Formats: sequence, C-alpha cells, structure tokens
Amino acid sequence: MAVADTGLRDLRPDFPLLAANPGLVYLDSAATSQKPRVVLDALRAYYETANANPHRGAYKLSGAATDAYHGARQAIAEFLGARDAETLLFTRGTTEAVNLLATGWGQAHVHRGDRIVVTRLEHHANFVPWQQLARAVGAEFRICELTKDGQVDLDQMRALVTANTKLVAFGHVSNALGTINDVREIVKIAHAIGAVAFCDGAQGAPHLRVGFDALGVDAYAFSGHKMLGPMGIGGVIVRRPVLEAMHPYQFGGDMIEFVFDGDTTWNVPPHKFEAGTPNVEGAVGLAAAVRYLDGVGMEAIRAHEVALTRYAMKQLAEIEDLHLFGPTDVGTRSGVVSFTLGDIHPHDVSTMLDVDGICVRAGHHCAQPLMRALHQSATVRASFYVYNSTSDVDALVASLQRAVARFHAGA
Amino acid sequence: MSAELDELYQSIILDHNRRPRNFHAMDDASTHAEGKNPLCGDQLTIWLKLDGDIISDVSFQGSGCAISKASASLMTAAIKGKSRAEAEEMFSKFHGVVTGAHPEDAETLGSLKALSGVSRFPLRVKCASLAWHAMHAALLRNDAVDAAPVSTE
Repeated sequence: MAVADTGLRDLRPDFPLLAANPGLVYLDSAATSQKPRVVLDALRAYYETANANPHRGAYKLSGAATDAYHGARQAIAEFLGARDAETLLFTRGTTEAVNLLATGWGQAHVHRGDRIVVTRLEHHANFVPWQQLARAVGAEFRICELTKDGQVDLDQMRALVTANTKLVAFGHVSNALGTINDVREIVKIAHAIGAVAFCDGAQGAPHLRVGFDALGVDAYAFSGHKMLGPMGIGGVIVRRPVLEAMHPYQFGGDMIEFVFDGDTTWNVPPHKFEAGTPNVEGAVGLAAAVRYLDGVGMEAIRAHEVALTRYAMKQLAEIEDLHLFGPTDVGTRSGVVSFTLGDIHPHDVSTMLDVDGICVRAGHHCAQPLMRALHQSATVRASFYVYNSTSDVDALVASLQRAVARFHAGA
Repeated sequence: MSAELDELYQSIILDHNRRPRNFHAMDDASTHAEGKNPLCGDQLTIWLKLDGDIISDVSFQGSGCAISKASASLMTAAIKGKSRAEAEEMFSKFHGVVTGAHPEDAETLGSLKALSGVSRFPLRVKCASLAWHAMHAALLRNDAVDAAPVSTE
C-alpha cells in the first residue's frame, strides 16, 4: 500500500463501505466522510442497550440515555478543546448552528447601521444567514476579498472591521479552495473593536486540532458527518458571555423551565437551545467518531493530508491545461484540491472519473459568491481524509489523463 | 477506454460541444426562454422565430457541460423548419430515449440519436434535456401562458 510515505497506517479496512468496494476511490470527504465500523457499532449499541427519551423518565433506562447523551457532549467538547461542555449546543450540523446564532444572537444584537463582515471564501451556510439577517435589520453586510493566492486579505479585513461592526463570520478552512484561515489574527481584528468572532469549522474540525479555549473565537460550529460521525448531528460551542446573551431559537419540550398560561421561563444552556427530543444516536455516534480520530491522532491526520495534498498538487500540475485554485503553499491549505481541466466542463470530468470508480465533487461547492469572483461556473474538487492514499491520487491523475485524451481526440 | 463513455461522448457530441451550431442571439425572435441548472451552473437561452405554426429559425447561447451544449446544438438543427407540434413530439420522444423509458424511439430521432448514451447516466438526463425544456417554455411564453425561466433541477 502506498501510504507508508505519509506515516499513517492503511485505515481503509476500518471503513465497511470502503472495505466492501476495493475499487472505489472516494475523494469527496469535504462533502461527507465515510464512517468507521466503531461509529456504526456505537449507533447499534446505543439502541440495543440504552435507548429511552433522555431528561424525561424517572426510570433507570431514561437515565442511561441521559448519560449517553451527556457523555457524548463531554467527549466531543473535550476533543474540540472546550473545557466547559455545557457551552456545546448540539444542532443538526453547521448550517443549523449558523442559523441558531443568526436568529438567537443576531436578531437581538445586530441593529440598523451595524455591520457584519464575512469573507469571499464562505460556504452559503455561513453567508446567506448573515446576509439575510443584515437585510432584515438594516445592517451593512460586507465581504472581505481574497489575495491572489486565495487567502483572506487581512489588510482589507482590518479596514472593513469598523467600530460599528458587531460580527465577523469566517470559515476555519474553505470547502472550495482548502485555504486555512489565520483564525487568531481574524479574532484579534474582531476583538479589537469588540465584535463577536464566529468561525465555521465544518471543514476545520475534521482535519485540524481545534483547541477551542485557546483559539479565541466566540463561537465555533461543526458538522459530525464530515468528521466520521453520522449525518444529522453537529453543533456549536459558544463562549459564555455570548451564550448568556442569546435568545432561544426554537421552542418546545426540554428547553423550558416553567410554562404558565401567559409566559414561559427557560431552562439553562445547553438545554435552552435544544428544543424537543434530542438526537442521542447522533451524539453517541459522533462521540465514537472523535474517539477514533483521537486514536489516529489529529497531528498524524494533518501530516497525512499535507503529504497527500503535496503529492496531488505535484502530480496534477503535470497534466496539460489543468488549472489549480487556492493557495500554492501546502502549509496554508487543507486536503482539498480544486481545479479545472482546460475547456472540459467539470461535470463531464466528474462523469468520466465516475466511470473509473472515482468520486469527486463538480460544481460551485455551495460557494457561488466565491466562484463568481474566480470567474468559474464550476470546478472539480478532490478532497482527502484519513482513508485516502497516494494510490487514490494516482488513480485520479490517470483517469484525468484519459479524460483529456478522450475530449481532445479528433479536435 | 470505457464503452459507456464511448457511447456518451461520441465524436458528434464532442464536435457539437466544440463548435455549437446556431450559437448566437436572435434579434428578431418571436419568443425566447432561459434554461438553468442551478446545481451545475448550466445556463442557456433559446430563441425561436415562428412563421405561423412553423419554427422557421432557432438559435441558442449559454454555457454548460458538453452534454447540455451538444444537446442544444443538435436540437436547433433538428427542429428548424418543423411545426410546433412536430417539435414537441420530438421532445417527448427524445425524453423517452435519454431517460431509457423508450429506447426503441432512438431510431426515429435522426442525429439526436447520438444522445441516447445519456440513458446510461441518469444524473446527466437533466443536462441533455435542458435545451428542450427551454424550447418548450419559449413556445409557452409565446402563448403568454408562462414566462418563468425553466429549471431541470
């Protein structure tokens, strides 16, 4: 196996879907990751040993479900470097987390004449909720542009973050270009004028050690399914001062304290923001996923992805007319490689790769404002994770070369 | 090389992708409509000139994948000079062929038959049918029934 050069053992056997399909080259982990057996086992074990509605019953089994749910919160908070697990709010994923903040915090604290700053790199999930909040309250919505190398232009950011700025929202890692943002520097810029700094960690948490408490951001959102966990679970960690200033997002069971005929008082966080029966299965599955990631080691995962990305960029650069997007320095990019192949449309590329068993994403990557700025309607994106190897890259490169030959035949 | 790809990307498809026919705007069109695939970013406009019941001229412009572009190009050649009813019937047969519902109709489609390989790629049916949906919308718009842009998403 050609993975020795990255220092990571071959993890493919741990992933049932990949183990059952030896010919499959899965290069779309930025969309969603495959799941290791330990995660699937944890889901099953929860239903076979501890399933009941948590926080409700006075019987032992309900207590077991409550313990499973809270234990998962502890494990995930610890993995993300947050000492105060009660500040981790479970959501369906990053998208719901951003909507929770835009509604629960934004509508109460962003007013006419205030400013919200985002970056050109943002996924629609960290763009549209803020854009719509700004429109609803009459605030300014400003977009920080990129340098030629696909990095957030921090000089422009400093100029954009004016005294009336209430929020700076930015991704940890770009899903479209792989750019790793300088989180601490952006936080410094936001905090210098007292703005809240929100980081969309959907592409960060799966690949980089987050270290929430030391990172400085006021809130950090993540999606479980991109980090080996199940779909439908994720969350956001919110620093206490911001958390205390947030209003409930959804109303219902579990989030209340007392309900009177005319008014209601709220439960404490995190429950105040988790209305209804929670996704215990998802939380338990995600906890198993972060234990697995910890077992492999986030530093080893990062080193593996850097090695794969460096190898991929070198191999891809050899293909005629292939244009790579994003930072040239592997040190400032994640395992995401976005490119176009001459005048061959990304969807045609994707179809030709698919026939060779290679799964890549072709499209606008839910980042239309970025694609417009790059003057592209679509790109091809290959993204790597723990189970990928240099042989996956070799398969990609060989298939791309066949695609070029096919389209240029008879030209 | 894969046989299913050979069928999908036949030389006639690659040729129409590279050198699309009737690829221009039309100033004196009777009607036009836009077709979009928001997920892909494919976007094209179809212009029709109607002479009574006859589609006397047709053109298109836009950007998209090889399948959507070649399909639009082949469609313009196929429906020029046809009656509205003939064009709509051709659309119906074409749709049956690319979705794989009625492969037997491929032989009646002339050069449009080149797109029958799409039936092996269900995810690409929307690319192949985009221009046809836009043509249909343009005819409807001419009757002022519906002026909304079409989408095959």
